[in-house]
Amino acid sequence: MTVTDDSRTADNGVDVEALLGAREVLKGAPEAAQFTWRATSTWTHGVHSTSSIENYFGLGQEQHHKTRTTFDIDHPEVFAAPDNGITPIEFLLVGLAGCLTAGVASVAQNRGIQLRSVEATVEGEHDIRGILGADPDVRNGFNDVKVTFHIDADASKQEIEALVAQSQKRSAVFDALTNPTNVTVEVA
Amino acid sequence: MTTLVVGAGHAGLAASHHLSARSIDHVVLERGDVGQSWRTERWDSLRLLTPNWLNRLPGLPYDGPDPDGYLAMSEVVELVERFAKVSEAPVRTNTAVTSVRRTDDGYRVATSDGEIDARTVVVASGAFNRPAVPAVSEGVPASVRQVTAFGYRNPDQLPEGGVLVVGASASGVQIAAELVRSGRPVTLAVGEHVRMPRTYRGRDVLWWMDASGVWDERYDSFDDLDRARRLPSPQLVGTAARSTLDLSALSELGVELVGRLAMVRDSKALFSGGLRNVFSLADLKLERLLDSFDAWAAASGRDAEVGPPERFPPTRVPGSPRWQLDLGSGEISTILWATGGRADYSWPRRRRARHQGTPAPRRRGRRQPRDVRPRSARPAPAPLDLPPRRRRRRAGGRRAPGRLPRRYRLAVSHLVHRTRCTGRPAAGPTPRLSW
Repeated sequence: MTVTDDSRTADNGVDVEALLGAREVLKGAPEAAQFTWRATSTWTHGVHSTSSIENYFGLGQEQHHKTRTTFDIDHPEVFAAPDNGITPIEFLLVGLAGCLTAGVASVAQNRGIQLRSVEATVEGEHDIRGILGADPDVRNGFNDVKVTFHIDADASKQEIEALVAQSQKRSAVFDALTNPTNVTVEVA
Repeated sequence: MTTLVVGAGHAGLAASHHLSARSIDHVVLERGDVGQSWRTERWDSLRLLTPNWLNRLPGLPYDGPDPDGYLAMSEVVELVERFAKVSEAPVRTNTAVTSVRRTDDGYRVATSDGEIDARTVVVASGAFNRPAVPAVSEGVPASVRQVTAFGYRNPDQLPEGGVLVVGASASGVQIAAELVRSGRPVTLAVGEHVRMPRTYRGRDVLWWMDASGVWDERYDSFDDLDRARRLPSPQLVGTAARSTLDLSALSELGVELVGRLAMVRDSKALFSGGLRNVFSLADLKLERLLDSFDAWAAASGRDAEVGPPERFPPTRVPGSPRWQLDLGSGEISTILWATGGRADYSWPRRRRARHQGTPAPRRRGRRQPRDVRPRSARPAPAPLDLPPRRRRRRAGGRRAPGRLPRRYRLAVSHLVHRTRCTGRPAAGPTPRLSW
């Protein structure tokens, strides 16, 4: 198998060997590949809540991040809210940008492409008449999401475009946003 | 009986040809008539994706008047019949194989006409006998008719109304084009696909595939062989005009392109919002393929005999592709599943191979160690015609007759070696030579 192009070396800080090794191991152990990601959220006041992330399940056992991270979620003043944090739908943009950027770095590493800078702008077109119930034909979520990458790397334009395309192909968040997902919400 | 060949298509007949050449007694069993799948499982307008000059069956090169043409199905059947006659293949038609069991010195093959013992068995029953319809089809309301590319014959067979074609490989794009030309509204659900121009620099694109050596890539040169095996057939069609039938051409004809069919929920078909990226992936792959053709032409001094390099505009992206379609609204009367086919190995009693019946790749190295596993643990006879085999030589989704002689020679050499030199049936790991 061609892991890296021998004629090129790159150090983008991604441990591709470990990832490729994991891929091979998990092919034969699909149960270890089952992960559960978790966030817990607590209402504070108004439309402000805090959400924390610390533990998850994966590789057959409970795992935890190095530190517990807490996010403030609120709405902006134009929504008549105090703006103690970013809006929930903006978190989706954060997730998408983070996922695609990680993908670009990983694919570049695997292809021996040295990155110098990677910047992404993510824009979500949102008609808020949906969430306000002002028009039943308008959906609640994004109508369109646009990601623009500016990448400086030792590679041709075609190679950079291929990096971005491949990163979408292997992105969890891109898939979660572009394909339907079953969501169950219960009261315990 | 030394060898029993299952299936009298071009694969089984090619095996028979090489067996006869080595005076190995054998018989070819065929469930129906010679070339059965080509007779019964293809739509009316289908032509081979490969130009005639590429149809090189062993001992039967193309000698007709139209080397650049593409055979219609009736002509393919004629060709396969002629091949059977020329090579005097010992075919028993209307004899279906119902099971293959191991015996101490070979196999016992049960057929609709009694049992036959053979020391070796060549499985050439085809790589695409059964349509692979995705599980999402279960959610389709009963008011919508569902047809597969195997059952499709022509537009008149379908009820009035719109058609959702699922799958954009050769079958999907050809059927979508035929349906939209018949005046029906057609929506095409597009996942990852392989874009190809029919001609490049004045030559058939398959001439480039053949000449430049793309088809000679070894199975062990692939980064991910499983993925290579699942690659959909290229968006090609065989027409006299040698026209290109890519997604931009389909948009031009009025076909509505939507993303991959991801789910049917509450009678609504939901499509992936990732359509633009599957366009980008296919456009980039095409560019790389053409780059490799150009590099080969320059390096091998063939630049002068072909036209100048060409580049094709990126696939036209529809303004705002729909991501849902209400199947209960009556807009769609038929869903046509052009989602590929699988080999049908329900008949031999064989150990289920890994990866949905696709054999595992042979390990590197020319010689295999002697198989010391207990007989029950050894693999069953290996199929001759799953894609891609030892090398990538293939001719699109439906394998054309004649792309295969080398592979069959190898398979037959192996059988000879097993039966003559070791006296053991061809059942160890070595049958994997055959693909």
